[in-house]
Amino acid sequence: MTALLDPTAERSPSIRPRLARPPTIDGLTVGIVDISKARGDVFLDRLDVRLQERGIATRRYMKPTMARPAPLALRQQIGTEVQLVIQGLAD
Amino acid sequence: MDAPHDGLVVVVKQDCPTCVLTVPVLAELAGLVVYSQDDPDFPAEVAGRVYDSELDASHRLRVEIVPTLIRFAGGLEVDRTYGWDRVEWERVSGRAGLGAGLPAMRPGCGAKNVEPGILERLKVRHGETGIIARRVAIGSGEDEIEAMFERGWSDGLPLVPPTEERVLRMLGGTARDPQEVVGVVPSDLVEATVEKIAINAVMAGCKPEYLPVVLAAVEAVLAEPFAMHGVLATTMYVGPVVVVNGPVRRQIGMNARGNALGQGNRANATIGRAVQLVIRNIGGGRPQEVDRATLGNPGKYTYCFAEDEEGSCWEPLSVERGIAPGKSAVTVFAGYGLQGVVDQKSREPESLTRSFAECMKAIYNIKLAPACDAMVVISPEHERTYREAGWSKQQVYDALYRLTEMDGDDLVAGAHGIAEGGPASYAGRKIAKFRQGGLMIVRAGGGAGMFSGIIGGWSASGERGSAPVTKEVKG
Repeated sequence: MTALLDPTAERSPSIRPRLARPPTIDGLTVGIVDISKARGDVFLDRLDVRLQERGIATRRYMKPTMARPAPLALRQQIGTEVQLVIQGLAD
Repeated sequence: MDAPHDGLVVVVKQDCPTCVLTVPVLAELAGLVVYSQDDPDFPAEVAGRVYDSELDASHRLRVEIVPTLIRFAGGLEVDRTYGWDRVEWERVSGRAGLGAGLPAMRPGCGAKNVEPGILERLKVRHGETGIIARRVAIGSGEDEIEAMFERGWSDGLPLVPPTEERVLRMLGGTARDPQEVVGVVPSDLVEATVEKIAINAVMAGCKPEYLPVVLAAVEAVLAEPFAMHGVLATTMYVGPVVVVNGPVRRQIGMNARGNALGQGNRANATIGRAVQLVIRNIGGGRPQEVDRATLGNPGKYTYCFAEDEEGSCWEPLSVERGIAPGKSAVTVFAGYGLQGVVDQKSREPESLTRSFAECMKAIYNIKLAPACDAMVVISPEHERTYREAGWSKQQVYDALYRLTEMDGDDLVAGAHGIAEGGPASYAGRKIAKFRQGGLMIVRAGGGAGMFSGIIGGWSASGERGSAPVTKEVKG
């Protein structure tokens, strides 16, 4: 038998259960996050209009750059201000 | 046989002339226990000899030189000497008039138990490596290479099995503490220790003397300005390109000349590979998972080369980037592929620079500016043109920035029948292809061929994405 040394971080993947989907979005605030990808705003602007037409409150957020993870402060702000998030991932 | 509770022990090997010289003395010392490292019949004249075939006794006694004479009292070592020195042997043994016919002194030889390869095996067997990584047992019926593929550790090519002995030898390549944290690796944001990096360096095929370069390269890609998470996660082509400067290049036999960016040199090939394996195995960054590259590029297996400083009329890249001359350093750049610059007719620097500039305008798409940072690898026969004209590297930079400014009219979306392009506001303006500070010039390549190269970068270059990082190579 040979023993090899583990080259990985030796972490079991942590699987977090998703939050349950709300039965309705009425009365909730939806965060719309633009990750600064080209033309992402075109898609998100349209969604924003459609949500507001249905009387859904929205808040807009923007990552400073698509190339880096969102700053912690921004993630915390989003987490405290809205109950749902829509994010445009690609152009 | 264990060492005596009270009495003398000597460790010898037949292959050592000084040990052979002391045989008459060993025969004089009654009750002496002699451990022979290499020959069960040596020394034939001594009754109390023990063949230390596995060298465990030598290792426990911490012998480094043979002969080593040790005196025990009450089960504890109370004195020792090594080599042959009559005065010292008489003091340790408490016997006068030893070795009357021998010279007064002879230096000893290196003990077999501390030879490279043997020492590591003994440390593993005696549980002294200090390595804390999890041991993964591979069954006797399993093929180690296949087992590593199955565990997902490979970049697609076979790996060197990271046994404890090999990793211990690898760690011998640096003076850094194995548990020192070099950086935090995306995408899992895990701390990379020297030990974990050494394991991946073994798998990549590195020699221990490459480890300081690997550590510096890992430190560089994990520095905040490099934005390794983004470089990993982008759909674009890029991965870390590692350029090595300073004396370490020659010490470890890197290639800066013919085929510098190609295959065939172990240091070039395995250092770049080790960096990628660190991202994959420690950080969990794998293709089609967090690595979202559309095409990637072959340099994501490995992309590492050295600058030919000796052949260059310019200062090395590392010096240009703030490292003291004579120091070894690595510079990492988020880059991809190699676009050729073929110019076999220019003999004036102005003409040659225009050739470079026109080729560089095509990076990504001739309709796109600004595009990305770029590394320009200038071959010896092209550099000669600048050298003979007395152009400094700064002059080349200045000319390249100027000559790669493009007419906005040509760049506007739809211009020249190509939908890709910039906004209408570009019309009537000059638009820079490269941001200031976004170009790097490196001198490398073989002596024949008027062929240079451009390594393109990532569209998210500089503060909004990845900026090149230079780190000094520490021991």
